[in-house]
This record gives sequence, C-alpha cells and structure tokens, in this order.
Amino acid sequence: MAVLAKLDAGSPAARRGWSDLTIRNAFIIPTIAFLIIFNIFPLIYSLGFSFTEYRASLNRPAVFVGLANYRDLLSDPDIWRNFTITAKYVIISVGGQMLVGFGLALLLNRTFPFKGLITTLLLLPMMLSMAVVGLFWRLLWDPSWGPINYALGLGKFEWLSHPTNALFAVAITDIWMWSPFVMLLSLAGLSAVPQHLYEAAAIDRAGTWYTFRRITLPLVAPLLLIALIFRTMEAFKTFDLPFIMSAQSVETVAITLYQMAFQSWDTGRASALAYIVLIVVVCITNIYVKYLNRLRER
Amino acid sequence: MTHIELRGVEKHFGALHVINDMNLVIEDNEFVVFLGQSGCGKTTTLRAIAGLETIDEGDILLDGKPVQHLKAADRDIAFVFQSFSLYPHLTAFENIAFPLKAMRFARADIEERVRSVAKILQITDLLEKRPSALSGGDMQRVAIGRALVRQPKAMLMDEPIGALDAKLREEMRAEIKRLHIKQGSTTIYVTHDQVEAMSLADRIVIMHEGILQQVGTPEEVYQRPANIFVAQFVGSPVMNMVAADVGEKGKKARVGIGGNGVTFEFPAETTNKLSAAGAQPGDLSLGVRPEGVLISPTAEPGYIEVTAGIIEPLGSHDIVDLEIGGDMIRARTPSGLVSGPGQQVWARIDPVQAHFFETGSGRSLEIAL
Repeated sequence: MAVLAKLDAGSPAARRGWSDLTIRNAFIIPTIAFLIIFNIFPLIYSLGFSFTEYRASLNRPAVFVGLANYRDLLSDPDIWRNFTITAKYVIISVGGQMLVGFGLALLLNRTFPFKGLITTLLLLPMMLSMAVVGLFWRLLWDPSWGPINYALGLGKFEWLSHPTNALFAVAITDIWMWSPFVMLLSLAGLSAVPQHLYEAAAIDRAGTWYTFRRITLPLVAPLLLIALIFRTMEAFKTFDLPFIMSAQSVETVAITLYQMAFQSWDTGRASALAYIVLIVVVCITNIYVKYLNRLRER
Repeated sequence: MTHIELRGVEKHFGALHVINDMNLVIEDNEFVVFLGQSGCGKTTTLRAIAGLETIDEGDILLDGKPVQHLKAADRDIAFVFQSFSLYPHLTAFENIAFPLKAMRFARADIEERVRSVAKILQITDLLEKRPSALSGGDMQRVAIGRALVRQPKAMLMDEPIGALDAKLREEMRAEIKRLHIKQGSTTIYVTHDQVEAMSLADRIVIMHEGILQQVGTPEEVYQRPANIFVAQFVGSPVMNMVAADVGEKGKKARVGIGGNGVTFEFPAETTNKLSAAGAQPGDLSLGVRPEGVLISPTAEPGYIEVTAGIIEPLGSHDIVDLEIGGDMIRARTPSGLVSGPGQQVWARIDPVQAHFFETGSGRSLEIAL
C-alpha cells in the first residue's frame, strides 16, 4: 500500500499496475533481443568463420586457419579487380546521382505551377522495388529491341552482356533510381538557405555564379555530404541491380561475395571478404563524417 | 555624392496599395528617416530604391538617372537589413570583404579597406569570429561595415537597430549618427520609432497606409504637424486631440472643448485666423501636446479649475490625466506638482502650443498664435 500510494494515482501506469520501468522494459527488451539474434550474433559468428576453413554446404566442422583467408584474399588479383570495378561503379553512379540530383533540386527550388506534383513524380523511381527497376531497365537496355538503342540509333549495341558497357548501364540505371534521393536532401538544404542572404548578396553586387559558389554551395554542403555518405555506402555494397540486370557480368565485390558464399559455398573465405568490405565502407564513411563534423562546427 | 529622387512611385501587392504616388527628393549627404507604423509602406519603398522590390509605376532616379529597371547589384546601393543578414559560414572579415571580393578587388586592397572600416567601427579584434559568436550589436557593426566598405552611392538601413535591446539601441543610434557625420553618405533609414527618427534625421518622411504624410526636419514635424496623423504619431506622450468650438467673450476668444461648456481663453485674433483658414463649425479639432497644457496649484486668471486623474511619475516630470468637460487631457507637469488623484488644480492651454485641425480631413489649419 505504501508503494502504491507513492505512485500518482491518476497516471495510466498506476491504474494498470505497471511501473514506468516495466513499460520501458516491455518495449526495449524485444527490440534488443531481435537485434542480438539477427544482427549481433551473425556478425560475431561470421567473424569467427572468417578465421576458418569452412563450407556451410558440407557437414564438416570448421578448421581454424588464422589470417589465411584474409592473406589469400588480399593477394588475389581477382579480388583487387572486383574492388577496382566497384570503385569505378561507385564513382560513376554516386557522382552522377549527386550531379543530377543537385541539378534537379536547383531547378525545383523556385515557385512554378504544379511544383508539388512534379516533385512527387520525380521522386517515384526511388519508391520502386529494386527488382522491378532492374527488370524494366533490362528490357530498356535490350540490344535487339530495347528503346535505348533505338532512341540513340546504336543498332544492336551490346549493353548488358559486355562487362564494361554493363557497368555503365547499371550505373545509369542506379543514377535514374537514386538521383531523386539526392534531390530530396538537396531541396531540404536549399530551402533552408534564408532568402535574405540572397538579397544581401545581390546588394553586395555578387553575380549569379559567385552567389552560388560562396553562399548556396557552402550552406547546402552538410546535407549534400549526408546524401553522399548514404549513396556511397549503398553503391559500394550494390548487389540487386547488377545481379538482376547483367547476369553477374558486372563483377562488383557484392556479386563476387554472393558467388563465393552461395555458389561455391566457400563460407570461411566469404566471411573474410565480407569483413574486408565492412572495414572499407566504415573507413570511407568515417572520412565523410569527419569532414561533415568540420562543416558543422561553423 | 548621390541625389535620390522618387517620381510618382506606385506599388501594389495584390489589392493592397502599398505605395501611393510617392514623390520625394533626397539631397546629397542627407540623412532621411522614413517613419511610420508597420505596414505603412516605408520598408517597401526602401527596398524598391535598393532594387529588392519592383515598382508598378513611376521613376526612381539616382543622380538624375532612372534606375527602376536595374537589378539591385547594378545600382551600387548598400543596404543594412534588420535581421543583419550576415553570411553565417563566413568570418566577420570575410563578411565585410564579400562585396569587394564579388567585385574582384585586389587582395591587398581588400585587406586595407576591411581593416580601415573595422577600425572606424571598432571591431578589429572581432574580425576572425563567425557571426554566431558575435553579440547583436557587434553583428550590426559588421553589417554596417559590409555596407560601408565599398563606399556605395547611398546607404539604406531597414530598422537596423530594431532587434537590439534598449540600451544598446541608444548606443548604436549615437554611433550611426557619428558615422554619418564622419562618412557623409546619402542615407535613408527606416524606423517605426519616432525617438530614433527625431534624433537621427536631417529630414523625416512620415508615411501612413502607403501615402506620404509630411516631409520635414524633426522640428517641423514636431512643431507644425501637417495633419492629425502626424500630430499624434510624433511625440510621446501622444498629442491631446479634442473636438473644439470657438466663440467670443469680451475682448478674448474662447475655445470650448468637450461640448460641456468648458472654455479656455485664447487671444482675440484666434477667431479671425480660424475663419480666414476656412474652419467650419463642427469640423474643428484642437490639438495640444501635454507640455502645452499649463497647470497651477492655485487659482490664476485665465485658468480653469479641473480635477486630476491618474498620475504617471516619470522621474524628470509627471504626466497627469485631467478630466475637462468629459474629455481626458494629459498634461506634463514638474514632478510632484500634483500630489495625487482627485486633487483640484487649475489649467489652461498655451495658445502658442495649440494646433487646429479639420476633423474630417485631418488637415492642419496652420494657425500660429
């Protein structure tokens, strides 16, 4: 009775006889449990696998081999080639998305009729399923009857079956799909630049280009950088588009990883490669985040 | 060396007539203050002169050349914003240097000019700081520095110290005046604060609902307001304004107020002057500032007996409410002259400080007694 009396008799928790702590735990414990079972445990388990010779397809125990998997992978020219292809893909795709996305945002950052409708329509690609986008664009890039070859007058140009062309084709598809994301973040950044700064710049006799370079760009930079972080991370581990579109002829790291893990069932080696990818992505992201924090300090 | 002229300027925002046939000449090196309530069109006029707002009709001339079709950047006019509008990502130095860099000045030249402006404004030790690290007053100094640094044709200021606290406002007011005397550039300053206007201006331009009401020196607008709006807008406390009727009694004129037979003695020529000015009975208002209501604690000839109401002691003087013929009239008295509400005192209106207006049109009859 003494304890009950201390609780606010009117609060819902007291009426149901649940304390705040109980409610908090009721929400948090399932979440933590899910996280541990599906994220943390596999992460640690796969770290263990990465130091072993193990095949998930065979009923044989894992054999500890130390750093052998990592040594093999890092001295394998094929893996380096995969990383180079991935880097090319990231640069083309993310670079394209930043240019197209920011450019669209600049065009949209003014008042004109049907602005809301046009903005929503432009956002559609990013709301589609990756698999659907991949399948449709495979049709668009088709060498014999694809509309792209027809429109560009390229005859029977082989896009998706040729590794280099496929890299471009998949990157362009990715640009189409994800530029809206960059556009959305850029628009948020652009509309946050106060109008009076542009008036001040006009009074200060700054031209259009000077205003863009010295006012717009620095003030939008933090949001552009966030877009860049997200898109780089995503592009680095891109899998769905090249898998669906190019029948694995674009050998990004993620595709190789998939082949290693689920086609050759080389589980130990695949785990090690997954960790290498993780470390690379974390490193790149960290560079961006450091730069972002420096921008934020101002 | 700039002369600004507005000729028949008109501006509408939809159905709202923001600027109505504005004609004004601002001489070289003059400090002109646009005074009015918010929404009277003063800021819009200022922005139109700067090129931040287009006008629907009329001409804006800088040194005799029409500029209304030029962009803000091509008019070479500096503007100080109420919100300061400093570039948040640039240091104070870079903010001040911005217009010079935009105009591609040489690096050494920029350095020299920024330093010399910073010295005038006493912000040399703040130059490496970003706006977020500056106080309101310092931000405004930087904003003024940015306007001064390129030696513009004219300086326009939109309530530049409106966002500061009272004490700082007084300080900056003095500083702006000092700066204008030193630099001597044509300046237009917008404010709704009549004290600021009176203390800064060579000439005050009073606007109301898009229409120019009166242009004149601070003394002129205070001593000879052109209409009831100006009379009541300028001066604090507000000028007393009561319906009046004029009669004669003996050799003196009598001005009655409040319609209750309470009359004040005025010089004999009042009647003639009023009829010469075309005053109509029933369309006459008497305006008198609180200092024009004279009070005596004892009965004196020409004074009438009244009852004191609320007293506002202001230190240097008191403001006393007097009930006269059903109207409330406020008088300015030496501190402590009236000890409390309900006290009987004797009052008269100083004819020299009395203003007569047409009630309907609000126009001053321009009678000087």
